[in-house]
Amino acid sequence: MPKPIDELIVQETGLVSREIFVDEDLFKQELSHVFARAWLFVAHEDQIVKNGDYVVSKMGTDTVIVTRDMEGEVHVLLNTCTHRGMRLCRNDMGNARTFSCPYHGWSYSMDGRIVETPGDLAGVPGHATYYHGELDKKDWGLVRAPRVKVYKRTVWASWDPDAPEFEDYLGDMRQYLDFALDGRDGSPGNNEMIGGILKWRVPSNWKFAPENFIGDNYHDISHRSVDLVGINPSGGTGRRDEEPDEVTTLGFPKLGHGVIGEMPYFEEPEFQPQWQGNPEVAEYYRRCHEQRVERFGDQPRVSMTVGTIFPNMSFHGRQPRTIAVFHPISPTEMEMWRIFLVDRDAPDAVKDMARHYHLSYSGPGGLTESDDMENWSYATDSSRGEISRSIYFNYEMGLGHAREVPHLEGAVENGVFTEENARIFYKRWAEFMKAGSWDELHPGAGPGPDRRRAAEPTANVETK
Amino acid sequence: MSNLAEIELLHEVTQFFYHEADLLDYREYAEWLKLLHPEVRYFIPLVRNVPRMRDNEFTREQQDNAWMDEGYATLEKRVKQILTNIHWAEEPPSRVSHLISNTVLVQVEGEPGAREVTTRSRVFVYQNRIDDEVNHFVGKRIDTLAETEHGWLVKHRTVHLDQSVLLAKALTVFI
Repeated sequence: MPKPIDELIVQETGLVSREIFVDEDLFKQELSHVFARAWLFVAHEDQIVKNGDYVVSKMGTDTVIVTRDMEGEVHVLLNTCTHRGMRLCRNDMGNARTFSCPYHGWSYSMDGRIVETPGDLAGVPGHATYYHGELDKKDWGLVRAPRVKVYKRTVWASWDPDAPEFEDYLGDMRQYLDFALDGRDGSPGNNEMIGGILKWRVPSNWKFAPENFIGDNYHDISHRSVDLVGINPSGGTGRRDEEPDEVTTLGFPKLGHGVIGEMPYFEEPEFQPQWQGNPEVAEYYRRCHEQRVERFGDQPRVSMTVGTIFPNMSFHGRQPRTIAVFHPISPTEMEMWRIFLVDRDAPDAVKDMARHYHLSYSGPGGLTESDDMENWSYATDSSRGEISRSIYFNYEMGLGHAREVPHLEGAVENGVFTEENARIFYKRWAEFMKAGSWDELHPGAGPGPDRRRAAEPTANVETK
Repeated sequence: MSNLAEIELLHEVTQFFYHEADLLDYREYAEWLKLLHPEVRYFIPLVRNVPRMRDNEFTREQQDNAWMDEGYATLEKRVKQILTNIHWAEEPPSRVSHLISNTVLVQVEGEPGAREVTTRSRVFVYQNRIDDEVNHFVGKRIDTLAETEHGWLVKHRTVHLDQSVLLAKALTVFI
């Protein structure tokens, strides 16, 4: 049996045991303590536009059907027949009013005129005869996630009825998620998903990925080959267009989220030309900048490059602009999903250029991401050995140097190169692993900066 | 086209594919790039599990997501990245073997010397890395080759991989 959680995650000294990346018992505990409790990203609304549309997704190791019923409500249902467990829906996507099990024909309806609640059992072959009419269909509807939230065109769910409201779960990290989900001009929820999700298997523990995305600028060396070749969308070297100078890492110790991004600022930074490979596209982004200046005025706003919503959803906000989800398969394997976002109301040329750029950057065929896979999979593999697994990873960088952030509740700022956000991620992971219920996990519980609202904006924290 | 002409053309095309596979398997990437048409399109769509009667099993070229959907410029960058010798997903280099089979001529257009030939083949790419990492990329390949003064060049390639979830951690080989 593995050591107690507090010996696996040693917060005072920044140590993380390799056991948590390879151990079977800890993996099982993760599924029940983390994945059956946390809010998880399950789908994008563009996958379920019309009533009756459905898409199959994952929550932990369970497969779920995310579907829009005949009244337009979104449901997240466990994708298994309640009778004998056959995977009810083996398509990835489609449109259906009824899901019928191919094994014995039990069928479940998404039409509230036929059943009390969409997802309920509607038809059972031989109900009147073999079951003598005695089977209570209401008891045997599809298992549903009790908590579902559609947020700016993304769909999230939790198996735990006691989970906090999604907005509370996000806390002020929401502002950074908004940056990715809003339009480039700042228009709320202005995002569109490019058709099709990249899905691929990686022989890596799932935690390597969200940890990497939470603020590991230190691993930039991995991507030197693509920086040398240059895929930045204005031509030239590097992976992206010029980024703001004010980039830092911010973490939310009581929530587990983290981001590489900017501190809240009150004036739009000087316009930096972007996407110069196509004049029409470059002009679009210039216009978006002007609209941001107009929209926000001297109000606070944030921007970000990459971040993680605990536990397994990460996102790029700038270049590329994508969502990544890391589904656990076993202690040493995960399935990675990637979704590409563009402004919904952008011209086709803008969408097309973004799509091609995202593809050349991300996914198993991406010039950047392919090298991440190599790191995570061989770090997992080399943690398996009897001696290897008994030692710790070092997360000491910047320990004790976190600073409170004005204008963001419960956030700390840590500088560009630091492992503070990773420590925050594993601290939150440890809390989930130890907790018996959400009573012990509610945002605001446990050590860390208070969640009280910080002081009013002052001039000395503004960044240009 | 006479039977004999068709056999000759098919022979030319398959020899071209074997030569191309040889260059890739022996890591002669710079030479391989010379077999690509400047307007080449290299497309590996995603495959989705959908009902048989649906037509959305594959994602659409230059519209949707894909494993790869690119032109010459990006393909050249891929080669350059490999040649930096610090592209860790290909360092140390994978051992790769391409098997091309079942090639049939689907369409032949133009006059000898300036023909465009569309073919359908099966492709099996075996990749082995480090100690025991093995990936199989198997699928159907539809190629359009253009006959030019530099010989045959790949003008369009679509690979329909027989996997919906890619069972490889990275796609760093050319198929």
